[in-house]
Amino acid sequence: MPSILSISQVSKTYASGHKALDHVDLEIERGEIFALLGPNGAGKTTLISIICGIVTPSTGTILVDGHDAIRQPREARSRIGLVPQEIAVDMFSTVGSTLRFSRGLFGKAPNQPYLDEVLKDLSLWDKRDSKIMELSGGMKRRVMIAKALSHEPDILFLDEPTAGVDVSLRRDMWKMIGRLRERGTTIILTTHYIEEAEEMADRVGVINKGQLLLVEGKTELMKKLGKREMDISLVEPMATVPAELGEWHLTLEDDGHRLRYVFDAQAERTGIPSLLRKLSDLGIGFKDLDTSKSSLEDIFVDLVEHREASNEGAAA
Amino acid sequence: MTGVNLHGIWAIYRFEMARTLRTLWQSIATPVITTSLYFIVFGGAIGSRIESIGDVNYGSFLVPGLIMLSLLTQSIANASIGIYFPKFTGTVFELLSAPISAVEMVIGFVGAAATKSIVIGLIILATSAFFVPLRIDHPLAMLAFLVLTSITFSMFGFIIGIWANGFEQLNIVPALLVTPLTFLGGAFYSIDMLPEPWRTVSLFNPVVYLVSGFRWSFFGAGDVDIWWSLGFTGAFLALCLGLIIAIFKTGYRLKN
Repeated sequence: MPSILSISQVSKTYASGHKALDHVDLEIERGEIFALLGPNGAGKTTLISIICGIVTPSTGTILVDGHDAIRQPREARSRIGLVPQEIAVDMFSTVGSTLRFSRGLFGKAPNQPYLDEVLKDLSLWDKRDSKIMELSGGMKRRVMIAKALSHEPDILFLDEPTAGVDVSLRRDMWKMIGRLRERGTTIILTTHYIEEAEEMADRVGVINKGQLLLVEGKTELMKKLGKREMDISLVEPMATVPAELGEWHLTLEDDGHRLRYVFDAQAERTGIPSLLRKLSDLGIGFKDLDTSKSSLEDIFVDLVEHREASNEGAAA
Repeated sequence: MTGVNLHGIWAIYRFEMARTLRTLWQSIATPVITTSLYFIVFGGAIGSRIESIGDVNYGSFLVPGLIMLSLLTQSIANASIGIYFPKFTGTVFELLSAPISAVEMVIGFVGAAATKSIVIGLIILATSAFFVPLRIDHPLAMLAFLVLTSITFSMFGFIIGIWANGFEQLNIVPALLVTPLTFLGGAFYSIDMLPEPWRTVSLFNPVVYLVSGFRWSFFGAGDVDIWWSLGFTGAFLALCLGLIIAIFKTGYRLKN
């Protein structure tokens, strides 16, 4: 099946001369959850805004379900729902009326039962007749999501969905995303919280300074770049790492109470058995062992630094 | 979805009309009070010392001018705030990302602004009936001018709303351009009453043609030929429409 969203060679240079996107290519599969990960100012929002028709690209083409977003905006846009980063909604309208407005704006015939369902899904049912200005910030954010869903989009964009969001809304949002995925909705979210991508996404794209550094299945990405750490809690604290343990490049943590060993989980020989043997040979007692995966955060920092280092190398 | 996004047009129109209805009393009370004041001051106090203009007494002569004055200012105010406010609050993102064409969006916004202006024009007409004898020679032409002027100046207001970068700018064009041109456009007098060269200068004021055409529909005579009036109104309408289409094509002040 062809991808539901096909982005090729999209660049954007703003009037100020700032190059926000640099020849981005990206294919989004039907029904997947894709996380676009990058620091602030990386170009995430610009990319989303271009796909949704709010920003005009300098170059490149975008196909939404086979429809050119520039030449066939009607077909392309009616398939897309957007939840922007900022809360922007008419404060004087009621929750119910703003949903009917959004649905109509996107060219869909009224369907109150469907909108009622959206309201209930997002715990907005009790607030349906309230004016939006009377709602709390979290509730307003729910309204933004409800508006984006009001026209039954095939693709939902969530721009920084959990920025400044409380735990209950976060949980509701994950649940909602789960339900949407069951219905076959494609979801693209941007985030600079790595846990968010790690928790939800099928695939992750890493973007920095307008360039898409890599796109990879989340688990493959973790495997490929996943380093693991083993913390060894010592019975007796030590001042320095004994020279005999030099080959493992250990570091001392927690005032000498813990030894940390960083290893590659994919490597044929992890070095763990030999390390443990050596420890007992040296009579170093330990009471606990703890291994952990490196987070996407570490991976991301690695990637960006590696990239910058290689760029500098090329320039020199 | 193909063809016209009727649901989208209707959604915008309803949204804009809901905005008007929220302030219903001030929407109606303002023109009624303003018109009454004009009739008391110009029609009653000053008008009693002014002779009839042509065969029309001065009080009745004022009616088309007063309606036109409100029509222009109200149309511009309604339509400009209608599009400026979403820009200001950020809700414009939804309009820009929606599968709705420039023309459809304009029909929704301008249609609602023009509807309000037409209603206000009719309210002023009804109010004036309490003060002066009404005479409308060409009621159909009167309605046509009412509708055409409301639409044209709502479009003009829409353009101002897109252009404006602040609430001050929103008021600059109406205050510095439209109100003076209306006052000097024969709303309260016939330009034939002006000495030369001011009479000739007045002919460069576009509002003269609007007021004159509208007045013709009431009394069968205006300052300039009715076809000039119609032609000018049509030309201004086409100009505004062209500007709006250009704005959406280029994304001027709407998109980056």
